[in-house]
Amino acid sequence: MVENGIGARVRRKEDFRFLTGQGTYTDDMNRPGQAHVFLLRSPHAHARLKKIDARQALAAPGVIAVITGADLEAAGVGPLPCGWQIFNKDGTPAHEPPHPVLAVGRVRHVGDPVAAVIAETRALARDGAEKLVVDYDPLPSVTATAQAAKAGAPAVHDGAPNNVCFDWHFGDAAAVDQAFAKAAHVTTIDLYNNRLVANAIEPRAAIGEYDPAADRHTLYTASQNPHVIRLLMGAYVLKLPEAKLRVVSPDVGGGFGSKIYHYAEEALVTWAAKKVGRPVKWTADRSESFISDAQGRDHVTHAELALDKSGKFLALRVQTTANLGGYLSTFSTAIPTYLYATLLAGLYTTPAIYCGVKAVFTNTVPVDAYRGAGRPEACFVVERLVEKAAQEMGLDKTEIRRKNFVPKSAMPYQTPVALQYDSGDFITHMEAALKLADHGGAEKRRADAKKRGKLLGVGLSTYIEACGIAPSNVAGALGARAGLYESAEVRFHPTGTVTLFTGSHSHGQSHETTFAQLIAEGLGVPIENVEVVHGDTDRIAFGMGTYGSRSLPVGGSAIVKAMDKIVAKGKKIAAHMLEAAEADIEFKNGTFRVAGTDKGLSIGQIAFSAYVPHNFPLETVEPGLDETAFYDPKNFTFPNGTHICEVEVDEDTGAVQLTRFVAVDDFGRIINPMVVEGQVHGGIVQGVGQALVEDCIYDPTSGQLVTGSYMDYCMPKADLVPSFQVATNEGAPCTHNPLGVKGCGEAGTIGAGAAVINAVVDALKGFGVTHMDMPATPEKIWRAMHGKAAKAAE
Amino acid sequence: MEITGEYTLPAPRQAVWEALQDPAVLRASMPGCETLEKLSDTEFTAKVTTKVGPVKAKFTGKVTLSDLDPPNGYTISGEGQGGVAGFAKGSAKVQLSDAGPGQTTLRYTVDAMVGGKIAQIGSRLIEGTARKLADEFFGSFTAQVAARAAATAPVAPAAAAQPAAPSPAPSAPREGIPAFVWIAGVVIAVALLLYFVL
Repeated sequence: MVENGIGARVRRKEDFRFLTGQGTYTDDMNRPGQAHVFLLRSPHAHARLKKIDARQALAAPGVIAVITGADLEAAGVGPLPCGWQIFNKDGTPAHEPPHPVLAVGRVRHVGDPVAAVIAETRALARDGAEKLVVDYDPLPSVTATAQAAKAGAPAVHDGAPNNVCFDWHFGDAAAVDQAFAKAAHVTTIDLYNNRLVANAIEPRAAIGEYDPAADRHTLYTASQNPHVIRLLMGAYVLKLPEAKLRVVSPDVGGGFGSKIYHYAEEALVTWAAKKVGRPVKWTADRSESFISDAQGRDHVTHAELALDKSGKFLALRVQTTANLGGYLSTFSTAIPTYLYATLLAGLYTTPAIYCGVKAVFTNTVPVDAYRGAGRPEACFVVERLVEKAAQEMGLDKTEIRRKNFVPKSAMPYQTPVALQYDSGDFITHMEAALKLADHGGAEKRRADAKKRGKLLGVGLSTYIEACGIAPSNVAGALGARAGLYESAEVRFHPTGTVTLFTGSHSHGQSHETTFAQLIAEGLGVPIENVEVVHGDTDRIAFGMGTYGSRSLPVGGSAIVKAMDKIVAKGKKIAAHMLEAAEADIEFKNGTFRVAGTDKGLSIGQIAFSAYVPHNFPLETVEPGLDETAFYDPKNFTFPNGTHICEVEVDEDTGAVQLTRFVAVDDFGRIINPMVVEGQVHGGIVQGVGQALVEDCIYDPTSGQLVTGSYMDYCMPKADLVPSFQVATNEGAPCTHNPLGVKGCGEAGTIGAGAAVINAVVDALKGFGVTHMDMPATPEKIWRAMHGKAAKAAE
Repeated sequence: MEITGEYTLPAPRQAVWEALQDPAVLRASMPGCETLEKLSDTEFTAKVTTKVGPVKAKFTGKVTLSDLDPPNGYTISGEGQGGVAGFAKGSAKVQLSDAGPGQTTLRYTVDAMVGGKIAQIGSRLIEGTARKLADEFFGSFTAQVAARAAATAPVAPAAAAQPAAPSPAPSAPREGIPAFVWIAGVVIAVALLLYFVL
C-alpha cells in the first residue's frame, strides 16, 4: 500500500501558498520597464463607430501610445478565431463574422473594446482614455434571445440574415415524429435557461513582453490553457511562429470556463509590447469582467416528451434558440450543439431524439462554455420534462425514472444522439441518494413544515455528462479545429525526486495534489518528492488545457502513460544491474525486483544509475529517466449521478430555503475524495446560484447591462445552501482509460439546477404551478402563488 | 428609465412659467448650484457641486429647451458625456395647468437613458440621488415661487395671505422631479460614479 496514493485524502499541496497569500497571479507580476494599458469600451450596445480623435489623449501626461482597431488592421493583426465549425441543416457552414481585437466600424455590445491607451501607470492610462473623443452613432439593439431572429430585429452583423449564426439539427426527426404519433401522453415545456456571469474570483489579466535580442514574445495571462492561447493567437491573430512565442499562465484564480478562450486583451498586450518597446500590462477590474468575460447559458427552449401509457419514454423533441452574443467566442458554437443535443438522452432509454438549435447574434457579451457548458442546459430540459411528465401522469418521481433508466446490463449503451455510454449504474446511485436523503421521511417533513407556514418541496435530478471530448478524430469530424489529447512528462531527477510537467492547467482543481498522488501511486515516490509544473509553454511539451472535466480522464491518463514508459525503461536498467532477464523484473511500490527473489533495486537507485551510468546497459538503453506521453482518449467519459434537493418555501414571502441537498455521484475511481467533495460542493453552489439568485439581465430597450455589479448580480452565499451530504459510487468505473476515472469538475453544476427547480415546483404544486424559470426568486414564487389575481392587482 | 410626477404650486400658471425660466430662481432652488447661466432663451449651462456620502463632485452640463408653449409647457433635453464611465441623456415634457385660483399643477414625464459603466453600476444610485435632489429642489422652488407670488400681489385676497406651503401639496405624489433638475441629477451622479467605481 502506497502512502498518499490513489484514494487518500491528501491535503492540498497548493494551499500553503494560497492561504498565506503567496500565490503568484498575473497581476502580481511586474516586468522591468512595464507600461500599462487601459481599454476604452463601448458604452453603447450597438453603434456605428465613426471617428476616434486621439490627439488630446496622446498629449495627456504619461501617455505613450493610443491603439485603435484601424491600427491593428493596418498592421495585419487578424480577428479572434472561432475554434469549432458548425454546419447548418442545409449543409452550409455557420456564419462566422470577424471578431476584431479592437472594434472596427461598429461596436456590438456594451464593453466592446474601442481603443487602448498605453501609459506609464494604470491611472495615467485611464486619465488618457478620458481624453479620447469617440464619435458614436447609436443604432437600435437587440439583446433578448427570443427576439433576435424575429423580423425587424436590428442586424448585429451584416450578412447574417435574421441574426442567425447557424440553424443546426441533430437526431432522427422522422423517427421522433412517428413516436409522437402513437404516444399516449405528451408532456411539453417552455423554458428559459438564464444567462450567467462567470465571476471567477481573479479578474483576467495579461502582460505582453518582447525581447528584441531573441525576437521573442512572452504573454503572461490568466488562462486555463496557455498552449491553446499560443496556438490560436500565434497562428491566427498575430501570425507568430510558436517557437517565437511563450505563453505563461501562473496561478489563476478560477475560470469556470471563462478563461478558456482567446481574448482580445491577450493579443493586444502581446502586439503592443513590441510596438512600444516595453512590457505592457492589463488587469481587468470587476466592472470590466462583467462586460468582457464570456458569459454562460442563455437558451430559450421548447421541448416535448412522448410517453406510452405506462410512462415509458418514446421520443424527445427539442427546439432551442441559443444566444451567442455579439461575436463568436472560441468554443461558443460547440456548446449549444455537440455539448448539448448529444446529452438529451440523459440516463434514459428514450429511443428517438431530435434537437434543433438556432444560434443567434445579439448585442450582448459573447456567450461560451460556463461550468457544465451545454450539459446543465440539457439536464435541465430533460429533468424538468421527466418531473412534469410524472406529475401529469400521476407517477412517482422515482418510479418514472426507474422505468426509463438504462440498466447497468445494457452497458455499453448506444444512445440515439451519437454518444456511447461505456459504463454506469444509475439505479444504484439513485437508491443510495434516496436513502441518504431519507426520502421516505419527506412526507412527514412536509406536514411538519406546513405547521410552520412553510411549503416543503422535494426535487430529484439525475444527470449524465460527457467529459474529455474525444477522440480527436471524431471531434475533428464534428467540426473541432483542434485535437483534444493531453501531454505529460515525468522527469525523474538523479537523486530521486520527480517533476511532472502536465498540459492540464490547474486553477482550483488541485492538480498539484491529485497528480502528485498518481505519481506516488504509480512510481512509489513519496508525495513530497513530486513537483507538479503546469502553465508554461516553454516548460511543457504541449497541452490542450483544463475544461470539460478533462484533466484527470485525459491529463491523468497521459501521466499514467508516461509512468508506464518510465517503468518499462527502469526494467531494462534493473535487468542489467540485477543481472536478470528483463521479463523477470517486476515493479511494485517503487521497487524493481527479480520475480520470486529478494533481489531488488529502488526506483531511486535506478534513476541515479540512469544519470550516473557507470553500470548501465549503454548499448541498448539511453541514459536519463525522463519520459513524455500524449494520450488521446478512445471515448468521452460519462460521469453521472443523482441529486436530491429539499426546499421550504415561505408561504408569506415566497422565500426559498434549502433544507437538504444530497448528491451521489459516479465519477469512476476516486483519486482524492476530499478534492472530489470540494469540487462537488462548489459545483452545487453554482447550480443553486443559477436556480435561485443569479441572473444576467440586459435592458431590452437600451441594451445596457443592468446587472453589472454585485449590487444587482446576486451571487450565491454560504447562507443559501445547507450542509451537503455527498457520496460516490465507484462500482462502475470508466472502461476505456487506464485509471477508470470519469471527471468531477462540473457535475455539481449540471445536476443541481434541475433538482432545485423541481423542488420549488413540487413545493408549489398546490397552487397549480407546473414550471418556474430560473432564478426562482421570492418575487416570482410569490406571484406564482398568488396567480392571476395578483398580476391584475399590480 | 422613466420618471413621472406632479406638483401643485401656490402661484398662477404665468408666474410658475416665468420662474421655471428664471436663472435666479432655478439657481437658488438647485442644491449645490454655483452658477447657472442663460445662454439664450432655450439654452442654459450650470455648474453644480454636490455631495453624496463621502464624495463631493463638480459637474458642468448643458440643457436645451424646445417645443416652447408659454405658459403651458416645454420639452427639455440634455446630455452629459462621462468619458470612460459612459453617458447620460434624457428629455422631459413639462406641462403646466391651472389647479384653482392662484394654484398651478406641474406635470412632467422624463424619458432618460444612461449607458456604459454608469448603467452597469449605478442605475439605482442615480435614481436615488436624483429623487433626493428633486425633493430638495422642489422645497426651495415652491418657496421661491410662493415668495414671488406674494411680492407681486400686494393687495391680496384672503387666500394669498396664507403662508406658502414649503412642500408639495398633500395630494401630489412625491415622486419624480423636474426634468431640468433630474438631468442635472443624473449628470451629478455620473460624476460621482466616476469617483466611486473607477
